[in-house]
Amino acid sequence: MAFQYDKYLRNDKLPHIWCPGCGYGIILKALIRAIDALGWSKDETVIASGIGCASRLPGYVDFNTIHTTHGRSLAFATGIKLANSKLKVIVLGGDGDMSAIGGNHLIHACRRNIDLSLLVLNNNIYGMTGGQFSPTTPTGCNATTAPYGMTENNFDISNLAIGAGASFVARTSSFHVAQMEDLMKKTFQHKGFSMLEIISGCPTGFGRRNKQPEGFDALEWQKKNATPLTRYNAMTGEERAGRFSTGILHEADRPEYIEVYDRTVGLKDA
Amino acid sequence: MSKNNKQLLQGNEAVAYGALYAGCRFFAGYPITPSTEIAEKLAAELPKHGGRFIQMEDEIASMAAIIGASIAGAKSLTATSGPGFSLKQENLGFACITETPCVIVNVQRGGPSTGLPTAASQSDIMQTRWGTHGDHPIIVVTPSTVLEQFTETVRAFNLAEKYRTPVVLLTDEIIGHTRESVTLPTELEVIDRTRPTVPPEQYKPFDTTQGDVPPMADFGTGYRFHITGLNHDISGFPSNNGQMAEREEIRMQRKLDNNYDDIVKVEEFMCDDAEVVVFAIGATARSAKDAVLAARKKGIKAGLLKPLTIWPFPDKHISNYKNKVKRMIVAELNLGQMVHEVRRMAEGAFEVDGIFRVDGEPITPSQILTALEER
Repeated sequence: MAFQYDKYLRNDKLPHIWCPGCGYGIILKALIRAIDALGWSKDETVIASGIGCASRLPGYVDFNTIHTTHGRSLAFATGIKLANSKLKVIVLGGDGDMSAIGGNHLIHACRRNIDLSLLVLNNNIYGMTGGQFSPTTPTGCNATTAPYGMTENNFDISNLAIGAGASFVARTSSFHVAQMEDLMKKTFQHKGFSMLEIISGCPTGFGRRNKQPEGFDALEWQKKNATPLTRYNAMTGEERAGRFSTGILHEADRPEYIEVYDRTVGLKDA
Repeated sequence: MSKNNKQLLQGNEAVAYGALYAGCRFFAGYPITPSTEIAEKLAAELPKHGGRFIQMEDEIASMAAIIGASIAGAKSLTATSGPGFSLKQENLGFACITETPCVIVNVQRGGPSTGLPTAASQSDIMQTRWGTHGDHPIIVVTPSTVLEQFTETVRAFNLAEKYRTPVVLLTDEIIGHTRESVTLPTELEVIDRTRPTVPPEQYKPFDTTQGDVPPMADFGTGYRFHITGLNHDISGFPSNNGQMAEREEIRMQRKLDNNYDDIVKVEEFMCDDAEVVVFAIGATARSAKDAVLAARKKGIKAGLLKPLTIWPFPDKHISNYKNKVKRMIVAELNLGQMVHEVRRMAEGAFEVDGIFRVDGEPITPSQILTALEER
């Protein structure tokens, strides 16, 4: 029998706001399947987001959900987790939300290694405001605020998280549905700060200015350029051009922030 | 903290103890002069009370974290000063529209910008009212002694919980760093937010059938709901319905306006037969009290009107003086902020003068006495 999503959807809030061809519906479904597979109860699960297309996702799913201010979801989630560490807290946002306006919160959540699970839905553009470049827009690509092409260098958000101290970092794409679900489960189960970057498409904001006018074009691009980490590592710099590594990129056994805090200050079962 | 014992306490420390007394179990902050002692004290004390402390990466994150913690059920506090308070405005607005109880301490220092970090000031009065964008209600309480730093912190938490709103404890460098001998009260009332009694499937986070303050559930207690900074309907979900947005904004404002007598607290000292009244808050109210006593000795019928709530503004209290006094002198450590509000309420019935100062020094009793002696 096909998977029953209704149990987790706020059906009266649908249809969603996403454009035809957007990858976020695929991600929404994978998220539901991953949580269901882990057996998390709806009551113990919190999903926090910031501002942007990706950040509208929590409104459609029947958990404890909070749609915060632009870039600040990790800071809100930190407070939620510290007030009730029994809650399972998932945070999600787009590339602009997490690596531009929320960049400071991202690196410090990684550094603390607080037990939050972050999904970054990276479509390389500010979609909701109509296609302005983000810190992950590839150099040379077109955006409404880069009409002559993106002149800045871009972030590799996964490398940023690894550098800042996240203890679990993985990457997939909205094309790789099975891998996405599997990596979501691993991300959610990890004790400490974990991040899954999901490369996704935005035909409206990015694709139509960059020769990927249909949602299908972005998926094809992802299929072609996603490269499992071991293969990616064996490639020369030239061979890597345009490609992105996928799978578990980093996993480290580091003490979790709240456990260390509670032990240090003598808190028992707060 | 020993019971009923006199102790020498610093103003900022008294805020920390007041918060603990009120049931605060979470603090998030960022170091900033002259408020840092509040964070330092709570870093040490919160774990002893079963609470957690965190020093966040910035002021914005601190404000976000206390809102998050409050939504998960913990009474929460942050403390800052002018530059940090400016940064908190974004998420303070989120607390307003989501009606999330929390307390923000602003230990005022000279400004604008980095200003005079270690000097006294009362120049954030309008920022506490209008700092975040959009129309929004806010409660601001203004202690003027170390004891009041304790009692008003408790009251700030109570008001936040009772009215489901952020409350600003607006104090200043002088009170924050003053040490006084105090006996902390042990019999103060502590109010907790109203939580829902309906079954989870019937719960709507902004349902006002019980009154203008909707019951608030904690995340993780079976009451699954949605919170957003967008204008929302009573179920908490975003809505573009302009009429509904207006109705909700008016309701949030009415929540405070209709409870003026409960929220607005004013101390009137020697005002019964006064012909001239000094209007002052915080550190300046201390100088004003001294000046009023000195003026009385000289035969001047002077009094002091000391608001302990500055927002909502003590309009009714000021109106009461329309046929009683000839003059009101507003003394404030800025270039004139409260004075305009007082003049608005005087409506020409009495003269309104101001004493202003922004050199980082307090307004002295003799400065106020000189003004009382004029004419």
